[in-house]
Amino acid sequence: MAESVVEASELPPVDKAPPSKEIAVEIIGMHKWYGEFNVLKDINLKVKRGERIVICGPSGSGKSTMIRCINRLEEFQKGQIIVEGTELTNDLKKIDEIRREVGMCFQHFNLFPHLTILENCTLAPIWVRKMPKKDAEEIAMHFLKRVRIPDQAHKYPGQLSGGQQQRVAIARALCMKPKIMLFDEPTSALDPEMVKEVLDTMVGLANDGMTMLCVTHEMGFARQVADRVIFMDAGQIVESNEPNAFFANPQHERTKLFLSQILH
Amino acid sequence: MTDTTIAGPDRPFIRTEMLTPQPPPTAVSGFAGWARQNLFSGPMNALLTLVCAALAVYLLWVFIDFLLLRAVWTGTNREACIAPGVGACWPFITNRFGQLLYGFYPADEHWRPATVFFVAVALIVPLLTPSAPYKKANALLFFVAFPIFAFVMLHGGYFGLRTVETRAWGGLLVTLVVATTGIVASLPLGILLALGRRSKLPLIKFVSIAFIEFWRGVPLITVLFFATYMLPLFLPSGWTIDGLLRALVGVALFSAAYMAEVVRGGLQAIPKGQYEGAMAMGLRYWPMMLLIVLPQALKLVIPGIVNTFIGLFKDTTLVAIVSIFDFLGIIRAAFADPNWATPMTVYTGFAFAGIVYFVFCYGMSRYSRFVEERLDTGHKR
Repeated sequence: MAESVVEASELPPVDKAPPSKEIAVEIIGMHKWYGEFNVLKDINLKVKRGERIVICGPSGSGKSTMIRCINRLEEFQKGQIIVEGTELTNDLKKIDEIRREVGMCFQHFNLFPHLTILENCTLAPIWVRKMPKKDAEEIAMHFLKRVRIPDQAHKYPGQLSGGQQQRVAIARALCMKPKIMLFDEPTSALDPEMVKEVLDTMVGLANDGMTMLCVTHEMGFARQVADRVIFMDAGQIVESNEPNAFFANPQHERTKLFLSQILH
Repeated sequence: MTDTTIAGPDRPFIRTEMLTPQPPPTAVSGFAGWARQNLFSGPMNALLTLVCAALAVYLLWVFIDFLLLRAVWTGTNREACIAPGVGACWPFITNRFGQLLYGFYPADEHWRPATVFFVAVALIVPLLTPSAPYKKANALLFFVAFPIFAFVMLHGGYFGLRTVETRAWGGLLVTLVVATTGIVASLPLGILLALGRRSKLPLIKFVSIAFIEFWRGVPLITVLFFATYMLPLFLPSGWTIDGLLRALVGVALFSAAYMAEVVRGGLQAIPKGQYEGAMAMGLRYWPMMLLIVLPQALKLVIPGIVNTFIGLFKDTTLVAIVSIFDFLGIIRAAFADPNWATPMTVYTGFAFAGIVYFVFCYGMSRYSRFVEERLDTGHKR
């Protein structure tokens, strides 16, 4: 620890993240209650930089709630979350800091329907990162090219297909240059024909070394890119393993049952 | 039809070529098709169409007959309109036109409100035209500079302009002053109240709810009465607030409460995902509200907002009750003039008032439709 402090002070101020540990997200003993109901129970999770994690589990198991705690879309009542060295507290500054580093894609895309695709992508860089409009547009076009829809930049979200909208949502999140990406069932609301284009984009992102936490039931995706698969049930982490072992040889009874239900 | 085009039970079916779109049958296109489908689709509907058309023509005829064909156009006093069977008595309006516009504003100073009218139009028209340039400068001029200019011009007392007490203001001038101030003040105030009512901070929420419920629970007439006759009793002696100003504040706060509930309806219609999308990107409360939530919420409730505006515009007539002669008030006052006491005076006056109010309200209504269509980004499917 002491070493890292010395190192950090010698580094130029731009590089804020303490390189002491290779941990992107750390969740320690986290509990969450909705009123009396204990939705998340004693969650402990360490995610290394560049690690790709797939979280699966039955509905109501708390998997979405868990990743939404990481960028404070949900509050938790007990425990700790540390994102890129910053501990998440009620301090608005800390929350802002973490949200700047954590991108998120939602099941229902949550694009802003009154703004064009390009404006959707440049909004946060301009207003949160205080970037000049021109630079923000350049970055936006760069990422829109990456998700292969630069020609739609001046359309509105309502004019795009579901798969295209989700790819825009990914590009929009990437425009903030996040260190971590959260995916909350990104393909669940899509027509069957659109799933692959979104998954391909996510695979590309994973191959570039992005730290990713994906709540998804796309087991093909999990096999292909995940470093770890986490299975949750009843608000707790039931099993966590690297994908081959997870699918070939699940240990917990609940995991076996779940896998037998979804892998026909 | 050969077997190969039918997916029957006997054999597999494979389409050999995709079909191209074909034009619709003539019966459903063109005017004849439209009329057949919409006006004469059955004996009952045909009958209804004919009855309604006859009624519309009849009413139109009654109006045209009274307002134009049988109308008297020139004259200097009641003699012109006294003949039996005449329609609208327009000289009654034209002779008093100045008074209808400006009330008892001194005649030799009429150029002042006239200038204010023209400047207002010159600023509002480009402000409401989407393609007109310099929107920011225009808005700044209208919302900041213009009120000061209008006050100095209308009230006077500066730059050698004679002071004209608001007591002397009247007619369309007062109607427009009250309505414009009410409209311009009530929207931002209403938005703040709506946000306050949805705030997580208990005190702000409580104050907003109390304000809204108080003003919604009290009739406007009571508000105006209270402001005019009772407020002075509570103020320290020697304090006076201008009568028109009191009415203005009353009308503005009153409509702000209504506006707040309209806006709140819009806020509630915005899905939670929009807030989450904005928050996940690191937007704080005000940028999120101003850039994401309010633009969508206000767009949704444009009809309700304009409804409130139109209601406010017509409610301005209630200021007559506290002896402010607005447009309708001054017309009614003119009925008492023995020089123009004819059987048609009252009808003419009310018809004219109706036409003027209709022009303003229908204008607002059309403009709101225009804005709605313009802002439609096709996300509704």
